[in-house]
Amino acid sequence: MASIDIQSIRKSFGAFPVLHGVDLTIQDGEFIVLVGPSGCGKSTLLRMIAGLERISGGDLLIGGQRMNDVPPAQRGIAMVFQSYALYPHMTVRQNMEFALQIARMPKAEIDKAVENAARILQLTPYLDRLPKALSGGQRQRVAIGRAIVRDPKVFLFDEPLSNLDAALRVATRIEIAQLKEAMPDRTMIYVTHDQVEAMTLASRIVVLARKGIAQVGTPLELYERPVDEFVAQFIGSPAMNLLAGEIIATGAETVVRLDGGGTARSAVPTQTSDMGRKVNIGVRPEDLLAVSGDGLFSGEVQIVEALGEVTQLYVARPGGGAHIIAKLPGIHPDLRHKTVTFGADPAKVHLFADGRSLLYR
Amino acid sequence: MKSKPVLTILHRLAILAYVVFALFPLFWLLKVSVTPNDLLYSEGVRMWPSRTSFDHYAFVIAHSAFPTFFKNSLIVAGSTAVTVTILASLAGYALSRFNFKAKYWIVALMLITQMFPLVMLVAPIFKMLSPLGLTNSLTGLVIVYTAFNVPFATFLMQSFFDGIPKDLEEAAMIDGATQFVAFRQIILPLTLPGIAATLGFVFTAAWSELLFALMLISGNDSSTFPVGLLTFVSKFSVDFGQMMAAGVLALIPACLFFLLIQRYLVQGLTAGAVKG
Ligand SMILES: Nc1ncnc2c1ncn2[C@@H]1O[C@H](COP(=O)(O)OP(=O)(O)O)[C@@H](O)[C@H]1O
Ligand SMILES: [Mg+2]
Repeated sequence: MASIDIQSIRKSFGAFPVLHGVDLTIQDGEFIVLVGPSGCGKSTLLRMIAGLERISGGDLLIGGQRMNDVPPAQRGIAMVFQSYALYPHMTVRQNMEFALQIARMPKAEIDKAVENAARILQLTPYLDRLPKALSGGQRQRVAIGRAIVRDPKVFLFDEPLSNLDAALRVATRIEIAQLKEAMPDRTMIYVTHDQVEAMTLASRIVVLARKGIAQVGTPLELYERPVDEFVAQFIGSPAMNLLAGEIIATGAETVVRLDGGGTARSAVPTQTSDMGRKVNIGVRPEDLLAVSGDGLFSGEVQIVEALGEVTQLYVARPGGGAHIIAKLPGIHPDLRHKTVTFGADPAKVHLFADGRSLLYR
Repeated sequence: MKSKPVLTILHRLAILAYVVFALFPLFWLLKVSVTPNDLLYSEGVRMWPSRTSFDHYAFVIAHSAFPTFFKNSLIVAGSTAVTVTILASLAGYALSRFNFKAKYWIVALMLITQMFPLVMLVAPIFKMLSPLGLTNSLTGLVIVYTAFNVPFATFLMQSFFDGIPKDLEEAAMIDGATQFVAFRQIILPLTLPGIAATLGFVFTAAWSELLFALMLISGNDSSTFPVGLLTFVSKFSVDFGQMMAAGVLALIPACLFFLLIQRYLVQGLTAGAVKG
């Protein structure tokens, strides 16, 4: 059993609160990804689960047992540090054996566990090397290997790939996904600031913000039904565009007159009492389409970023302000300095009042 | 990046000049120690005497109190080095890893102790040690040397502990190591360079200390070697040959000591611990 129950856990450093009241239930075998802006307490939450940081308030249960005061080694967890934290004076083999030797496992079993992990991670030729004689990617795999040999119920990862270069990051990401597949009953909690890692690895994503949880859901839930403007703009890259307006028609479909002049239709239902309400509509850059005739807004394309498969357009916002970003498939070198009208499928238009999504109420 | 050959040569020459400059007095020490007395003043200034002899060494070892001085110095410097290093390691670890209320004041206090000229302190220390029966005793010297060396050695050790990432201890904790096991198997092996440097630094400081050794000790039985050297200066003459021979002999333990610890002095033991 490796379910994890986080019950109104709080954390302050001295008088400085970092997390106030986090509630989260993680099922056996889930792959949870923690995301959130830098400094929002992701590492702190992970370290509290690991037992490296005192819990200021609330309860932590692993497998139904209260773990607040249990030392890290007895929580059935293994952690992969962002810095790898390999023991520099020990060979790869000794690094992986360390925990097992402390647990007084018989030598034959230790060898078997280490060789098995080394084979999975393709480290067999390097077992007798010191960490300083390894590349960054190999060190990262040793760090993962050190976790695997202990056969923990819960794996904790704190930004494990952030020190790797882009190509290696992709390769290691896929290895981690395969690792999880090979161990379906192990629970993994993974901190990252990388959108792609979060979207591809997670069974559920937890967005942390403002000292608590903003939203928990599957990657697509967060993408399609963000609970508020913060989550909407945090998930997806470039961030979702927000345009201010006022509701002028309610019902199964809502119509918003935008301050910039255009009109938006949204599939989000509203009630008659919402008439005249000030709202922000949200449209993701990839959901904006170039249209002829009426649309959400028209504006001059000021910057064109051709990425090959897509083109990102930075469009002047009607009435001034930050650019509106649109992402069109294909290559459009001719759009610079043109004025283009953009529209969007009503199903893709989100509605936020006072920052909260009108989908949830 | 390849450096230009001219720069490399200049660089090497500068190092050579420095080494010659630094080692020349030692060479002179050696030279005088093997010069027979009758040649010392008769040959003028020469790089090497026309005839060498080891008579001075034989005399110093067989007929002077030098072996006693030597033994005393070895005891004092060795005990001081070991005591200081143990204390400084513990204190340095605490300063590096723990946050406690009095930390700021302890550090300030330790710095303040380093601000007084030693000469000022001789009299009060004598006053304190005298009733305790610690003057004229090697124990007294060890205590005084330890007290004076601990602050700096603590800062030295702290900086070495600061260089060891905290993640390593946390990883060891997760791996199930107790504080003691983590210290012995992870921290200690990585701190060996620091320990070696501290041992070496304190050993040489205590080995060559003169002021307190002179003031606190009277009589040959518990004199250390720097004081002992002064016995070669008599009212009417200075026996340079014997003095220099004693000096050369006194260099041996320090050299041996550094030979012993030098392999731990090499840096870079923590390479590969973190990042790529
Ligand atoms: N040991 C500590 N002492 C004081 N403040 C800390 C400590 N560790 C973290 N913090 C603070 O807690 C907040 C959350 O940190 P962290 O969990 O590392 O953020 P994240 O991993 O999400 O970037 C930050 O504002 C940070 O400054
Ligand atoms: Mg972090």
